[in-house]
Amino acid sequence: MPVPHTAFAPEATTNRELRAFLHGLPGVDEVGARARAQDLSTRSVKTTAKAQAIDLAISMVDLTTLEGADTPGKVRALCAKAAHPDPADTTVPRVGAVCVYPDMVATAVEALRGTGVGVASVATAFPSGRAPMDVKLADTRRAVADGASEIDMVIDRGAFLSGDYLKVFEEIAAVKEACGTAHLKVILETGELATYDNVRRASHLAIRAGGDFVKTSTGKVSPAATLPVTLVMLEAVRDHHAATGRHVGVKPAGGIRTTKDAIRNLVLVNEVAGSDWLTPDLFRIGASSLLNDLLMQRTRLSTGTYPGPDYYTLD
Amino acid sequence: MADRRHTGKAAKGGEGTGGGAAARVPARLAVRKTYKLYLGGAFPRSESGRSYPVTSSSGQHLANAALASRKDARDAVAAARKAFGGWSTRTAYNRGQILYRIAEMLEGRRAQFVDRAVDGQGLSRADADRVVSAAVDRWVYYAGWTDKVAQVLGGANPVSGPYYNHSAPEPTGVVAVFAPQNAPLLGLTSVVAPVIATGNTAVVVTSESAPLAAIDLAEALATSDLPGGVVNLLTGRAAELGPHLAAHADVNALDLTGAGESAVEFEETAATTLTRVLRPGPGADGGEDAWLDPDPGTARMKPFLETKTVWHPVGI
Repeated sequence: MPVPHTAFAPEATTNRELRAFLHGLPGVDEVGARARAQDLSTRSVKTTAKAQAIDLAISMVDLTTLEGADTPGKVRALCAKAAHPDPADTTVPRVGAVCVYPDMVATAVEALRGTGVGVASVATAFPSGRAPMDVKLADTRRAVADGASEIDMVIDRGAFLSGDYLKVFEEIAAVKEACGTAHLKVILETGELATYDNVRRASHLAIRAGGDFVKTSTGKVSPAATLPVTLVMLEAVRDHHAATGRHVGVKPAGGIRTTKDAIRNLVLVNEVAGSDWLTPDLFRIGASSLLNDLLMQRTRLSTGTYPGPDYYTLD
Repeated sequence: MADRRHTGKAAKGGEGTGGGAAARVPARLAVRKTYKLYLGGAFPRSESGRSYPVTSSSGQHLANAALASRKDARDAVAAARKAFGGWSTRTAYNRGQILYRIAEMLEGRRAQFVDRAVDGQGLSRADADRVVSAAVDRWVYYAGWTDKVAQVLGGANPVSGPYYNHSAPEPTGVVAVFAPQNAPLLGLTSVVAPVIATGNTAVVVTSESAPLAAIDLAEALATSDLPGGVVNLLTGRAAELGPHLAAHADVNALDLTGAGESAVEFEETAATTLTRVLRPGPGADGGEDAWLDPDPGTARMKPFLETKTVWHPVGI
């Protein structure tokens, strides 16, 4: 099973060189990307294939709660659900990780001890990223010290859009260093990047700076994870792997609410990046309400009758 | 005029050879209606792409209706569930206003419904008129009940202790209604109106042989301030859709009036998910005449209500 390499060290560079590299990337054919995503989303996945896809999708979910109203109690309830998504059915796999704000990391780590579910923490002044660099690094170090195994950072979109690629690059590299052994997911916030060309450039920038994952969105900006955006990011990690042999993961987040959406994403992964990426180590789905829909569809497949939301937890 | 445009003379005029004013009007093409489902406030075709021919009582082809599939039923339940929160928390008064608005919309389309009953069911014009009037009045009747049913079915209970004790009826949720097979307008109205009057949302399987009146009714519902998803109409076979609706865990109640011979089977299936059931009464599917009673009372509202009782200590 391919594992993202965490010992990757970005080489020092200049803004000029980064600009030449990023603007030298081929442009994205927007119409083509949309058409390809649309075409792949019509694949029919049924019966046993669907059952496998649902279990795989459950194991890839980063069960997320990022609300101002979060409490330790709510985080513990979410952790219980992450470890045993359906208490009545032990064959349901556990989810990939629980994703919380930094102050909830200690609670989540405690609740998930021994379950094998990772704890991901957003850091670096999520969701806007507008904080001084030392604050962002302190935010990251604290989350790692509390036991987070994955860090979801946001890039400075303002710097990226104004062409200061070196600033973005150096921030990612610095946060990566602060992460130590924790995996780094770099949130591009594609809803603010305006074009698919920018999504491609930001993906390559994040990958080069040492990100272990590229993530579409914070979930706080609309549009979030659309299929064409995920497609462009999957192409970036595929191309990077072809060039260097290093596997980087992709995490769409925000707006994926139904089993159908999740399966469309899996089809996209398989067709664009390849089956190497069909593992929770290289593909995650950031979601909260998706898990209940996956569980309901799983029940539907195993019992033949449609289940209702009354039978599942409210998160 | 209507006759004239079908004459050979008018057709020739269309080719530009005639001389008179009437001759310059080209023959009109028929504008045929596509009968679709009514789902979540929209009119989609069946997800399956299927349709089936609908004939008049004398066997003449009238139109093709959408043949709803299992997945349409699933989508309808999802739409009804989504609409339930908003509809059930509206004030009873406002629900009454909307039901009355449906009556207003139907009244304005009387001629269409009378023609439909004459063509589709072979009723005489006088009978058709009577049925349509009764259907319009049925909406007004239940519009009146919306803010009165709580007083009749609930109230203050005398208890031995220092407590106030109140019972109030609450809507049960999503109701799957098998509408009468032989009463496509008045029967349909008589089973749907009491379900939604109390705040439930409905997934309705219409009469299989005469589904067109239901879609005409849907056009009135869609223009009556009734939120999308409160009533969802599926044209098709009760025997095909029924098992899925009966087993669906997100359906809270079944009205088996038009389920025919499958009613017992559906009731057994419904028991697995603790679904409330209204059994078809004797002669429930006799035709529009069976529904003419102008005062059906609470019999069709009560089965789809749950009683909430609250104890409250008497203040000092």
